[in-house]
Amino acid sequence: MSNVEKIANKPIVIQSAYSLEGKKVDLRIESGVISDLSEAGSLKASDVDVINAEGLQLLPGLVDLHTHLREPGREDAETVRSGSAAAALGGFTAVHAMANTEPVADTAGVVEQVVRLGRKAGYCDVFAVGAVTQGLNGAQLAELGAMAHSMANVKVFSDDGKCVFDSLVMRRALEYVKQFDGVIAQHAQDPRLTENAQMNEGVVSARLGLAGWPAVAEEAIIARDVLLAEHVQARLHICHVSTAGSVEIIRWAKARGIKVTAEVTPHHLLLTDSAAESYNPVFKVNPPLRTERDVQALRTALVDGTIDIVATDHAPHPKESKECEWSEAACGMVGLETALSVVQESIIESGLSNWKTIAERMSTAPAKIGRLTHHGLGITKGAPANIVLYDTAARRTVSEIRSASKSMNNPYFDRTLPGQVMYTFLHGNLVVAKGDLVNPL
Amino acid sequence: MSNRSDVLSPKLSRHLLTISDLSREGAIHILDTADELARVSDAPIKKLPTLRGRTVVNLFYEDSTRTRISFEAAAKRLSADVINFSAKGSSVSKGESLKDTALTLQSMGADAVILRHSASGAAHRLAQWTDGVVINAGDGTHEHPTQALLDAFTLRKHLKGARGEDLSGVRIAIVGDILHSRVARSNVLLLSLLGAHITLVAPPTLLPVGVHDWPVEISYDFDEAIGECDAVMMLRLQMERMKSAFFPSAREYSRLYGLDRERMKKSKKNPLILHPGPINRGLEISADCADDVDSVILEQVANGVSVRMAVLYLLLGGSHE
Ligand SMILES: [Zn+2]
Repeated sequence: MSNVEKIANKPIVIQSAYSLEGKKVDLRIESGVISDLSEAGSLKASDVDVINAEGLQLLPGLVDLHTHLREPGREDAETVRSGSAAAALGGFTAVHAMANTEPVADTAGVVEQVVRLGRKAGYCDVFAVGAVTQGLNGAQLAELGAMAHSMANVKVFSDDGKCVFDSLVMRRALEYVKQFDGVIAQHAQDPRLTENAQMNEGVVSARLGLAGWPAVAEEAIIARDVLLAEHVQARLHICHVSTAGSVEIIRWAKARGIKVTAEVTPHHLLLTDSAAESYNPVFKVNPPLRTERDVQALRTALVDGTIDIVATDHAPHPKESKECEWSEAACGMVGLETALSVVQESIIESGLSNWKTIAERMSTAPAKIGRLTHHGLGITKGAPANIVLYDTAARRTVSEIRSASKSMNNPYFDRTLPGQVMYTFLHGNLVVAKGDLVNPL
Repeated sequence: MSNRSDVLSPKLSRHLLTISDLSREGAIHILDTADELARVSDAPIKKLPTLRGRTVVNLFYEDSTRTRISFEAAAKRLSADVINFSAKGSSVSKGESLKDTALTLQSMGADAVILRHSASGAAHRLAQWTDGVVINAGDGTHEHPTQALLDAFTLRKHLKGARGEDLSGVRIAIVGDILHSRVARSNVLLLSLLGAHITLVAPPTLLPVGVHDWPVEISYDFDEAIGECDAVMMLRLQMERMKSAFFPSAREYSRLYGLDRERMKKSKKNPLILHPGPINRGLEISADCADDVDSVILEQVANGVSVRMAVLYLLLGGSHE
């Protein structure tokens, strides 16, 4: 499914970009698709616009399976428009808006509204995630079928922010969405083990006197859910995996043939719980930042495919929700505009893997999990022209000024990160050029 | 009183947020200064002019008359102006943020803010928003540095004596709810910094995961741990802990981790008993034992004023005149 009504007609030629195989290539884009792809120097451009992509890395448009756009309800933190603009600047051509809005996206009406707002903004394709239970109450199933069969065509269901804790409700949800090839995306957190939890339970929390969020509270739910998914032969997706132990359980489940997929956030690939020593709640997030050992396990798992995808868990919050005491602060950090850079730093610059793998983990695989038809199809002749040109050599200090997000809870402010998205094409339309929005907010 | 250049330590950081802000020398220096200032309290005129014209704010988000009065007395004996800003019945309870309050106090000309708050790290946050000196008077379950300093002062006085000394060779048991205790956290850091040997005695549920990283021994057996101790520090137990399944009953807690005459008999050294107060008689300390403790507690109160004078003196004394 495509959410774009208007398909571009004006042809564009991109010259001398690096392909995922590291070769220099030229591309021709017209009518929203890649109409030609060949070795550099072969595509002449007399009658069309040309982008000189010398030195830039060609990537498929990124797909985010986990984005909080806050609309409806918390437009002070983010809107579909501002959030999808941030997505485009980050190289995303599709995002999945999480259901924990006000009202909750638990009816066809709300999911359709979110998708409509995305189309109107036009920065990237906005897909809606439907709630699993009514009002995220964890007890009664939401109108799963109505959302699936609505114009929004919902495939991914999640109570994210809350765990579907009741084993019976989780079992039923997994079973029920099979009829329309849906998937339940679980926020794995045992609520009893994490009452008032503030940060990862370990050496740092002991010293800081902040109530601990133990790894087992995540791992126990994942273990239960993979067994439920096996029992009912359903698809399960695990949101924001954060611990080394979770990785082991998912690895075991996959080896058993269980249909489980998993995501990791950029921040869990880079930051550790030692960031809490400042008591600055910009580092407060749920699940919490873990230890260096967990970070290394997550990186390895992403590279070897145990973890299928990177998802941002972009979670904007207004200033007052973070300018306070740690225990009073909201959980979450923005991430759309820095995701690719953080992945470059933690996976590419560390020498663990290559851009081909990143393209798989940030475009192909998330599109597959969300059952998207016009994204994640790679850079091939005839594929939709959802593509990104990325300057891997750039270095930028993340500053508030460049951000399109309405919120500033960015843990990377004043930190220098590698890489910069230079161009983003959405169905052949240029939405980001030379690092800026073509149509500013 | 020795002159300023002797007393001011370059090792002391600008704020006192955590015992980690102190070096060993800095900590000993505070204790020595407190010792010196204690003599002022004994003199007929109890005031020093050191902080004349300086404003010290007591910003208390939790009720603690004991700590507030102690800081107030310390500041007044150094001739500072003291403003008591209690969170109750003020703009704070109407939802004004800690940051706004910090900025308000700064514009009122506060040179130092003494903060008591229920959130761990509140003093760190305050220090990020204000130019003045911040002194942590207890933040959530994190730290209570001046309590640890007065405990160390009391211990040194009884077990060592001389100025300039640390607590090396001294064996101390800290008993009770370590997990939720800011007093325990500050004491573990300070007493180990001063060379003491620390044993934490608590049920496993009331020790933090991660305690293995601390410079302490762990014991689940109070009878055994008390044997070699020079001092026992009993922590206050909050009754609501029972609701979260930390232990089965008050009676069982008392039996295993409370201090009574029977247990005292197992000690070889007749240890000094400390308690940050207020005591739950019959829970962490039996009624008959508590009377012994009361005397030390009263001494701790007096020592508290001296130690807080020393901290104010060292953090504020030098920069203004
Ligand atoms: Zn979540």
